[in-house]
Amino acid sequence: MRTLEQTTAEVLQLASTHFKVPAGSLSPEDDFFKKLGIDSLQALEMLTRLENHFGIELPDYEVQGVSDFRTLASRIQSRL
Amino acid sequence: MPSRKTQIQPPTSLKTFKGRTLSWEWRDGVVEVLLDHAPANEIGTLMVAEFERFVAAIPTLAKDTAACILSSARPQVFSAGGDLREMYQTAMTTSPKKRVGEVRKFLNRIHAVANAIDTAPFVTIAAVHGVCFGGGFELALVCDIIVADKMARFAFPELRLGFIPGFGGIPRLKRDASNAFARDLLFTGRTVNAARLQACGIVSQLAGEGEALRIARSIAVQTSKYDAETRKAAKSFLKPVPYAELKREIDLFCKLFNRPTVIESLKKFVESRDAMPYLP
Repeated sequence: MRTLEQTTAEVLQLASTHFKVPAGSLSPEDDFFKKLGIDSLQALEMLTRLENHFGIELPDYEVQGVSDFRTLASRIQSRL
Repeated sequence: MPSRKTQIQPPTSLKTFKGRTLSWEWRDGVVEVLLDHAPANEIGTLMVAEFERFVAAIPTLAKDTAACILSSARPQVFSAGGDLREMYQTAMTTSPKKRVGEVRKFLNRIHAVANAIDTAPFVTIAAVHGVCFGGGFELALVCDIIVADKMARFAFPELRLGFIPGFGGIPRLKRDASNAFARDLLFTGRTVNAARLQACGIVSQLAGEGEALRIARSIAVQTSKYDAETRKAAKSFLKPVPYAELKREIDLFCKLFNRPTVIESLKKFVESRDAMPYLP
């Protein structure tokens, strides 16, 4: 089973691939809305990619108010 | 079934239609209905009127149509649901006493359209990509087969606004999925991905990104190979329309709609600056 660190690393990798930013340019504490300049529609797309990648469902109400990668990863971790 | 060379065509005037919110085109036994109403194919009075034109054309089109595909030309969205801005406008310009009557009239029109497509004498296929919320999800559920892009997302967010799906979503969701899953979707208002909906049988086929329409066309070609009368008989046997429940849904929607909390939620939606205020 993945550790939280592994999950966080995969989240960062997925985000950098999906939003076409250099790998390594994102860090766990980053606010993904501000750093990536995404809107709620793009956030929904990212949610789908995360769900498909990790094989989980992540209800949007569980990530409401979440804006950093580390907290997002912990929400994912609790579904693994 | 006539070969393509000898295929009889419907009258030219009904073969194509270009409206302000949707268009359709008949070709080789398949009619493709394309939603294209900025920003997000919201279902308001104009779209309902244009759907009514389509429904009126169904008896004539049906003789030479094996399948109908419903898809969207809008990027990132199939349909975000009912036109809440129009709904709020109507509520604000109508007295509370008359408001429910106006809503009921609108719902009756939508239900008539939905029921006609639900029972259309050809196979109906929704090719869904992007956002498919509320009334958009209800529109997809009317179809016999839902093909969903793997990035599509579905939701019934109506409880967040203080009412219930009013375009027939609850009875149709129960027809195709378990009551337990329907309760989860409705009570949480959460979005779900296409893979999850396939797992519970609502989405029949998953498509790669951008491939839903291509796959829907492939299904349309396949379904057109079989005897039309047999297909029609199988459809009416397999797919009962829950008329009594649909009527109860309208009654319940109207009862809930006129409350201050609903008008407040609609106001908040209308005033939102979010690019996608569809999940309040």
